[in-house]
Amino acid sequence: MSSSDTNRDSASRRDFLKATTVAAGAALVSNLVPAVHAAGSDQIKVGVIGCGGRGSGAADNVLHAAKNVSIVALGDVFKFQVDGLRNRLTNLGKSDAIKQKGNSVDVEGRCFVGLDAYKQVIDSGANYIILATTPGFRPIHLQAAVAAGKNIFTEKPVGVDGPGIRKVLEAAEEAQKKGLHIVAGTQRRHQRLYVETMKRIHDGAIGDIVAGRDYWMQGLLWQRISELPKHPEITTEVGKQIFNWYNHTWLCGDHIVEQHVHNIDVLNWAIGAHPESAVGMGFRTRTDPRFGHIYDFFAIDYKFPKDVHTLSMCRQISNCASEIGEYMVGTKGTCHTADRHTYLIDGKPLFTRKELKEQPDPYVQEHTDLIESIRSGKPINELKRVAESTLTAIMGRMSAYTGKQVSWEQALNSKEDTMPKDLTWDMQLSEAPVAIPGKTPLI
Amino acid sequence: MRRLIQFSVAAGVGVLMLALWRLGESPEGGPVRAEPPAMKHKSYKQTIPDTKTTFEMIAIPGGTYKMGSPAGEKDRKDDEGPQHPVAIRPFWMGKCEVTWDEFDLFWRAHPGQKEDKEPENPKNADAVTRPTPPYADETFKKGREGKPVLCITQHTAMQYCRWLSVKTGKIYRLPTEAEWEYACRAGTTTAYSFGDDPKKLGEYAWFADNADEKTHTVGTKKPNPWGLHDMYGNVCEWCLDHYDAKYYSRFPLDKPTLSPVLLPTEKRFPHVTRGGSWGDEAKDCRSAARLSSELDWMKQDPQRPRSIWWLTDADFVGFRVVRPVEEQDNLKGLRSKITRQSPVD
Repeated sequence: MSSSDTNRDSASRRDFLKATTVAAGAALVSNLVPAVHAAGSDQIKVGVIGCGGRGSGAADNVLHAAKNVSIVALGDVFKFQVDGLRNRLTNLGKSDAIKQKGNSVDVEGRCFVGLDAYKQVIDSGANYIILATTPGFRPIHLQAAVAAGKNIFTEKPVGVDGPGIRKVLEAAEEAQKKGLHIVAGTQRRHQRLYVETMKRIHDGAIGDIVAGRDYWMQGLLWQRISELPKHPEITTEVGKQIFNWYNHTWLCGDHIVEQHVHNIDVLNWAIGAHPESAVGMGFRTRTDPRFGHIYDFFAIDYKFPKDVHTLSMCRQISNCASEIGEYMVGTKGTCHTADRHTYLIDGKPLFTRKELKEQPDPYVQEHTDLIESIRSGKPINELKRVAESTLTAIMGRMSAYTGKQVSWEQALNSKEDTMPKDLTWDMQLSEAPVAIPGKTPLI
Repeated sequence: MRRLIQFSVAAGVGVLMLALWRLGESPEGGPVRAEPPAMKHKSYKQTIPDTKTTFEMIAIPGGTYKMGSPAGEKDRKDDEGPQHPVAIRPFWMGKCEVTWDEFDLFWRAHPGQKEDKEPENPKNADAVTRPTPPYADETFKKGREGKPVLCITQHTAMQYCRWLSVKTGKIYRLPTEAEWEYACRAGTTTAYSFGDDPKKLGEYAWFADNADEKTHTVGTKKPNPWGLHDMYGNVCEWCLDHYDAKYYSRFPLDKPTLSPVLLPTEKRFPHVTRGGSWGDEAKDCRSAARLSSELDWMKQDPQRPRSIWWLTDADFVGFRVVRPVEEQDNLKGLRSKITRQSPVD
């Protein structure tokens, strides 16, 4: 082990303590022995469900996160994605950095393709499941992985609608009872300087938070319809929509849920609660059908307890003002956080450039923290928290799509199940219409 | 001298003139400030075809200089030596760093489309592959109009140059490290092109002391003696070369090496960046200071393969373009070899 590894490991231990201190109360069930702490061995055997860019990233991250980690199974709806990740991992497994940690890749015979591939990965002997498919599938994947007693790294968001979030909250409770370890891919919660900034806020650095605002405003994101000719094997409508998933609400949740959930989560974190209701607006300026039916901008007024309001704006339109970040206004001062480079209280940087530069990669750190929680037998379970942040974003989308004020209960108890009923690869599936505020009903 | 004659024969009249100018140079001491030869090429303003966007190119005379810093220079680092004589052919260099206004024309030509393979010799600039849309505010809230492009890979900078070349019919590319320092020094031998006193840097550069943690509109500080703005600070600038801390020890000290360059390969790192940025202290903005790119500059890319276009942790690196009057042989037809499969280390 190199000295930098030693530093990182001890640093991560400190961060883990900080993170759990912040999360204390809700998540820790210290008197339960984790049911799935691998008997006689603490080898982490990873099954990856969802082999696209992020699943591939998470697979790479987990191999760098701790010692004695092996990737044992892969699953995706598309064969080309499974093949791509298998090839990349096979090469990565040969690298010295991975070998030195005693980590490995052995997925031969355990690469699965199709809508049911997730079941096969869960049954493959893995004890650590990475969920990184398109978000629409997350609730059923979480249910299945928790039912099977697996530890889980789940990407955000964890659902795209109320019915999905209800499944996730049930799974969160079941996981808690089973003492499972779950970390979510809202990586700011594992980013050293975000954790440190939040600690200062919770210690009263800006007093009580009375207002907030947060942004994810960027340019146009992608569509993949123009790439379809490279994949003649994708012939069905379901296949095409999953391939172009970002642009379909049933798969993506719209960008307020898929992307902006990061910033929304930071404000929930800072305030220490989820909002009670939302009034929002949004629509789309794009007309190209390759971009499905999602909106390209949202502005949401969230009402938190004690009449604290936050303004949440997200946009994916090029040539417009762009910003990603969060602002907290307190009775004694203000805080501005953004991404990996901005942590200010009352306009003053909290950290030096050196400290910014030396922040560990939070995408690796989140796995380090999860594995440490597994090996120390102290369950960390972020599922309820990320479900609430996801539902916060969904509530905002529902308000924008319908034009109505939407309460937390309305969002949570919504009957709008966007997942096509009895989904099969070959089923008929029409394109959902673009929601029209004032006309689209609140269901 | 034999080596120089070979060059002259090979490269023709332009370099012969350069060789003649060299006769005014003292072999022992620093370069004698001989008048540069009358330049045949002139500074010009380039309009990006089919748009109203323009940028200025400054004519840089050919000549020789001592690359690197002298052993006694304050804050010098080992990779800046040994100082060695280098001969540079005439070229043009962008008066300013490339701004988002220019760059947006390149990467947003096909909104939302993922990159594809491009033909071997695209005749149409639209065929040049371009960045995929990032999951980010690519300006890092440092501004867009008039502000320098930042946090892009060297591959992206090279592809921009290719696009610009196909679009204009002229050869635009990144400067070699030798060209960059030559243009930065503009005939000077001091730590900065305005002398050795870092207290004056604020007149010429946006750097840690005055930048307020962000980039600024290009061309708003004083230019160097050859009319180039922001050679120090604002964003540090990509060069063509791979970085090698011991690179300078490969060259003879008693005769100039013509147009040295450590050619880019299929490796994503390390490459040379120069000039320092908004976040750097004065000492890291010196004419000879070198900064190497590294994997750390994209450590927070959550995707695999990592983007070949966007960095995640280098909101301080940008670039400017050069145009050779006569391209050196080993750069003719040069293209980035980076693909999504390219190794990161």
